[in-house]
Amino acid sequence: MASVEVLEAKASITRSKTRKGKLWKYRSLIILALPGILLMFINNYLPMFGIFLAFKDLNYTDGIWASKWVGLDNFKFLFASNDAWVIIRHTIFYNLAFLIINTVLAILLAILLNEVKNKVMSKFFQSTVILPNFISMVIVGYLVYGFLNPDLGFVNKFIMEPMGWEPVNWYATPEHWPYILTIVNTWKNVGYAAVVYLAAIIGIDQEYYEAAVIDGASRWKQMTNITIPLIAPVIIILTVLAIGRIFNADFGLFYQATMASGMLKSTTDVIDTYVYNALMVTGDTGLASSAGLLQSVVGFILVVSVNLIVRKFSKDNALF
Amino acid sequence: MSTQKRTHPLIIAVLSLFSLACLIPFWLVLMISIADEKEVLKHGYSFWPQKFSFVAYQFLAQDAEKILRAYGVSIFVTVIGVVVSLFVTSAMAFSMSRKDFPLRGALSIYILITMLFSGGLLPWYLVYTRFLHVQDTLLALIIPGLIGGFNVIIMRTFFTNSIPPSLIDSAQIDGASEYRTYFSIILPLSLPVMATIGLFITVSYWNDWFTSLVFIQNEKLFSLQYLLNKTLMNASFLQSIANKAYSSTAQVTQPLESIRMAMAMIAIGPLVLVFPFLQKYFVKGLTVGAVKG
Repeated sequence: MASVEVLEAKASITRSKTRKGKLWKYRSLIILALPGILLMFINNYLPMFGIFLAFKDLNYTDGIWASKWVGLDNFKFLFASNDAWVIIRHTIFYNLAFLIINTVLAILLAILLNEVKNKVMSKFFQSTVILPNFISMVIVGYLVYGFLNPDLGFVNKFIMEPMGWEPVNWYATPEHWPYILTIVNTWKNVGYAAVVYLAAIIGIDQEYYEAAVIDGASRWKQMTNITIPLIAPVIIILTVLAIGRIFNADFGLFYQATMASGMLKSTTDVIDTYVYNALMVTGDTGLASSAGLLQSVVGFILVVSVNLIVRKFSKDNALF
Repeated sequence: MSTQKRTHPLIIAVLSLFSLACLIPFWLVLMISIADEKEVLKHGYSFWPQKFSFVAYQFLAQDAEKILRAYGVSIFVTVIGVVVSLFVTSAMAFSMSRKDFPLRGALSIYILITMLFSGGLLPWYLVYTRFLHVQDTLLALIIPGLIGGFNVIIMRTFFTNSIPPSLIDSAQIDGASEYRTYFSIILPLSLPVMATIGLFITVSYWNDWFTSLVFIQNEKLFSLQYLLNKTLMNASFLQSIANKAYSSTAQVTQPLESIRMAMAMIAIGPLVLVFPFLQKYFVKGLTVGAVKG
């Protein structure tokens, strides 16, 4: 009897030691993961603790901790100014337009690319459509400026003038910018997305198509009944990710393409440019932090709920 | 999609138009940069100037110091950033790819949270300026890009799927430590994914202008993209670049418009040269990335 008790006691000691012991056994793996863990902590987690700043009147002389708590004042101020609704609306509309146009065009482009049988040609097309994705938004700003410079730009000089239309001062005319920014965004991103879809299409088993051809399916039928359903998982994942970012604008696009022109704000100001401006230009940390928090919280809610909906319909396609 | 050998001409036509649309803006900027300034001021930017001139490039050559310095900053930041980032990312991914590693699940959640939620620009800015005090140093350009959750997940997926666990087991039975396993087995076997992720990171470091915009005041630390950004947005900055060269040139008019676009070409040039090599890996990498993590 006694020996059994001793054995049990020993077992319970080792059991309590197992977790610690297990971690000790894997110390090398923990050390390997440590730099990454630390960097993520600095870059992602420390700022998360900073969300309380949205409830403070941040004052650099008093320091972050000593600054006064102001409750929801920053948010009240943000929403009272009417700015909040405008920038939220812009951010959502632009992102929805980008999402829909890019997805449709990218799938179409991918299907067309997949039809090219000549290897050299296929490579050439793939390279050129993905090229815009490699350049920085600063360069994109230059390219747009080449077309839209009010005095010398190609559009005014070689399109508007010969047609007998008045030249447009593009960087001071807000109403055109929803279209311009959509075109620029498509130009920059659609090739990349198309190649992602192309990779998915190439992965489809050829036997499906061979069987379909034997059954006499037209190309249209092959596309709608084989290609699109089989790349649906990729479409869904990319869409869920995009919806999660619907409250985050592409700062580079809205800042560089417009050349940060203040006159365009009425149609191009989005949450990201607003936060940047409040922080770096006007120094209004209250607005910057409350708008920033709003962005994070809504983005989080959006991605979790979209993921939940996707999970409901098909568990395999959910992100997590 | 079908067994037909030849591509439909209509498809070729549509794709050609698409390709043309992607290339034409670059052509326009190139032509502005080598157009005669008087010609430009009279007729505007065109796709085929009536008179060519390489004066803008001569101007920039006179004041090459600023550009070369910016190139230096960008190259330094990119090289250090990519090397360190690849190490950090792959080491973390390697640990997470080990099925028996007890922190596997916890780390996945740790990464997922960073992908779903962020503290916003202000707290992020404060961490770097008030906590780490790296503003106006090259560290401010390097640290923020060192780790990305998505890259870790892609690498982990690659390690899990492409490296047989028995290989690691047998190495460890032979007495290899985890570090040894990582350096002499994992790294050599994962060249494809390292090349791909490495390229993603290279492009993002090379194209980064935002961290400079936010953290850098010192002109000596301007990266190439930030110098370009200044030249595009700030007329007086452009003038200052032109002036410096002006004093030492006999040229009467400063070709400001051409100089501006020549700056852009100098930044695009090297990229276009390496692009054909990068592109191959990118397409491959996208296929790897399309695999759900």
